[in-house]
Amino acid sequence: MNFLGSIGISEAVIQFMLVNAILGLSIYVTLYTGMFTLANAGFMAIGAYTGVLLTQQLDWPLWAGVIGGMVAAGVIAVPIGLPVLRLRDIYLAIATIGFGEVVRIVLLNFDQIVSSLIELTTGERTRFALVNGARGIRGIPKLTETWHLVFFVLLLAYVLYRLHRSRLGRAMAAIRQDELAAANMGIDVVYVKNVVFVLGAMIAGAAGVFSGHLTRIITPDAYGFSQAVDILAFAVLGGTSTLVGPIVGGMVLGALPEVLRFMQQYRGLFNGLVLLLFIVYLPGGLINPAGWSSLWRQARRERSSQGETLPEAS
Amino acid sequence: MDSGQQFLQQLINALSLGTIYSLFALGYALVFSVLGVLNLAHSAIFTAGAVIGLLLMRYVNASAPVAFLGAMIGAGLLGIILEWIAFRPLRKRGAPRISQLISSIGAAILIVNGFQLLFQSLFGRTEEYFPRGIVAEQPILIGSLSIQPIRLIILVVSLALMLLLQFLVRRTKVGMAMRSVAFNQRTSSLLGVNVNWVFMLTFFLAGALGGAGGLLYGLSFSRVTPFMGQDIALIGLTAIVLGGMGSIQGAVLGGFLVAIFQTFSIALGGSSYRDAFVFIILFLILLVRPQGLLGQPEQNRA
Amino acid sequence: MLELKNVSRNFGGLQALSNVNMVVPKGRVVGLIGPNGAGKTTLINNISGLDHPNSGAILFEGVDLCKAPPHVVTRAGIARTYQNIRLFGEMTVLENLLIGQHGRGRATVFEALAYLPRYRREEAALRERARTLLERFQLERFAHMRASALPYGDQRRLEMARALATGPKLLLLDEPTAGMNPAETSALGEQVLRLRDEGMTILVIEHDMSLIRQVCDEIYVLNFGQIIAHGDPDEISHNPLVIEAYLGEEDDGAA
Repeated sequence: MNFLGSIGISEAVIQFMLVNAILGLSIYVTLYTGMFTLANAGFMAIGAYTGVLLTQQLDWPLWAGVIGGMVAAGVIAVPIGLPVLRLRDIYLAIATIGFGEVVRIVLLNFDQIVSSLIELTTGERTRFALVNGARGIRGIPKLTETWHLVFFVLLLAYVLYRLHRSRLGRAMAAIRQDELAAANMGIDVVYVKNVVFVLGAMIAGAAGVFSGHLTRIITPDAYGFSQAVDILAFAVLGGTSTLVGPIVGGMVLGALPEVLRFMQQYRGLFNGLVLLLFIVYLPGGLINPAGWSSLWRQARRERSSQGETLPEAS
Repeated sequence: MDSGQQFLQQLINALSLGTIYSLFALGYALVFSVLGVLNLAHSAIFTAGAVIGLLLMRYVNASAPVAFLGAMIGAGLLGIILEWIAFRPLRKRGAPRISQLISSIGAAILIVNGFQLLFQSLFGRTEEYFPRGIVAEQPILIGSLSIQPIRLIILVVSLALMLLLQFLVRRTKVGMAMRSVAFNQRTSSLLGVNVNWVFMLTFFLAGALGGAGGLLYGLSFSRVTPFMGQDIALIGLTAIVLGGMGSIQGAVLGGFLVAIFQTFSIALGGSSYRDAFVFIILFLILLVRPQGLLGQPEQNRA
Repeated sequence: MLELKNVSRNFGGLQALSNVNMVVPKGRVVGLIGPNGAGKTTLINNISGLDHPNSGAILFEGVDLCKAPPHVVTRAGIARTYQNIRLFGEMTVLENLLIGQHGRGRATVFEALAYLPRYRREEAALRERARTLLERFQLERFAHMRASALPYGDQRRLEMARALATGPKLLLLDEPTAGMNPAETSALGEQVLRLRDEGMTILVIEHDMSLIRQVCDEIYVLNFGQIIAHGDPDEISHNPLVIEAYLGEEDDGAA
């Protein structure tokens, strides 16, 4: 602990890193199934708001709030996934970006919407205040402990590890590689995709509840497009060929700005650079032996052929 | 003002906003139709147009037309650099097009954060205003309608640019090369079309149009921020999805439609639902008719 | 066993299949031949559920599968291979055969997560069956190799093994010998005959007439989306319509 502290990694940073690891896993399950969705920031928001309201308004304990947040995110994922998952790659990406924005806008106007609904049904003019629009919910007790997060990450890792060795897990990988051939193997592609989408949403929802009880303030703008891209960056940095990748990716991206203090004001620049460089040069991410060796081979080849002009491929 | 005139006033606002959306969406559509990839850094190029225009006016005392030209060229060049860094290496490797989407998101973040640092060091804050008097401010009165000159300028300039693009794509040799590459890359390169050059040109044109849109957008609010592209990124996506991905006419139509929806939804229900309304349209179109209004359905391979 | 009644399919203006009538009786090997672009692969796609006819009926053991999605078709007992090999290249050979048995497993996700006995027993049984198939197609030594790393001919055999893993009653083979040499082709023919002797029903699309003559009990000829001839191999090779259809094709196989 002392060593970590001396390089800038306090307990708060570790908690933050672990939340990132959970978020990384939330997008990992969908990427592993070949679905590129950017909806997880939205599900994180749904989880955070549900969980915080449960612990705040109803005095539920944290674990109950976590389950509540997961259930809420999962339940909302069903009607979203059923129509949206018929879309593929770029179209799916656009639709899920749109979903994230709708969640944000609904949260911003939630109180107002409920007020006008009450007025419409009862005719009474009341001022409903629950989530406070752009101001968000403040003064949330800091209920999340480090061991909660460690336990949850380990549990999740175990579940996913077992999942990979199940029929569902193999079906996920098959769909990623060839959707039509997978269907011809007797795999109900629509069902598997929706189950995985809901699973990813629930994981993101849990991360939302944990992080809400760490940051102690939640606002709709914290879960916008840039959060969605951050989550993507965890998976891209760590790689998605094993479940260790997104965990490492999330933790590294959480720790780096703290370790390299001078980097703090360049944090955004760094995130962009990570996405760009990793996708271009190390598409399998950090945890991916095959990618490293091919990068190494390529570097050697280029060194040995220096001076020659490479033929232009079109 | 009676309701007829109010409608007319709203319509003029919608049209001038719509031309900017269309200019911006054209950039997405050009790249998508020729390369089949979605360039999410296009919104950063939009911002770059405004930033370059602002800097030229601020530090070189450039007149508005010169700054405008400079912004277009600068944004176009940025587009070329982007193609070179974020798209070409992936294309050569034959990476899936989602990878190119991710690398373009990375590039967008990089550029936006770069501008943020630039603004902080130049202006000490993350927004800056255009010098006064760049564009006439006295509203033009037609009957009881009052129109800001910038709105007319936006309309005229954007429409001119769109016509120019249409001419370029339909009537020139360069345009023919672009269309042939869009239709079939392999065959075009066998026929002697320099595909890489066409890609570069496409990115330049897309960037120049986006940059022009950015500067006009900035001028209409007389303000530039590094984040201004974020407001419009999704609007542009909605426009091209609505019009049909990769369709040039579709992008223009989509831009106008989105602006009209927005303007009249504000008039009807207040500004807070403006964006929600746009995204609901985006959703519905994707689900009901993913090929958009003017697009052809993607062939399902079996 | 399989019966196609007036199956038609058009893409835009193009009539890919028109009023195709066909019967594949139980325990027989039926060949489907025709020049390139005749609609053979479209027909297979329609039977296997990747594509659906505009009109007509596809009856399998009396059930109409014409609108059924692919996984339902597979679970009903129809498996297929592809003209262009479509293995799961990132997975091992063994895993490809496990995927093939997807529809046969009964253990739930929760049993898998909790590592309960039923899941473990089932997993062992799936692996055992995969092993049997590996042996049958002489692929044992490749079991833990990535499927994409296999030699071409072995990939073709693996695809057939994977189709069998789904436990089909009817097997659709789409140009199974494309790219194979004569020795490999005849070995594949032996496999097909062995399957038939075990009671499997097989519909095979082929260009290679030597395989057709080796394995087929009867043959349908498709041209421009229509069945122009039906009969045993001898009849077909002397049918003037068939010879005419193949004229102008550089393919020399039909006559």
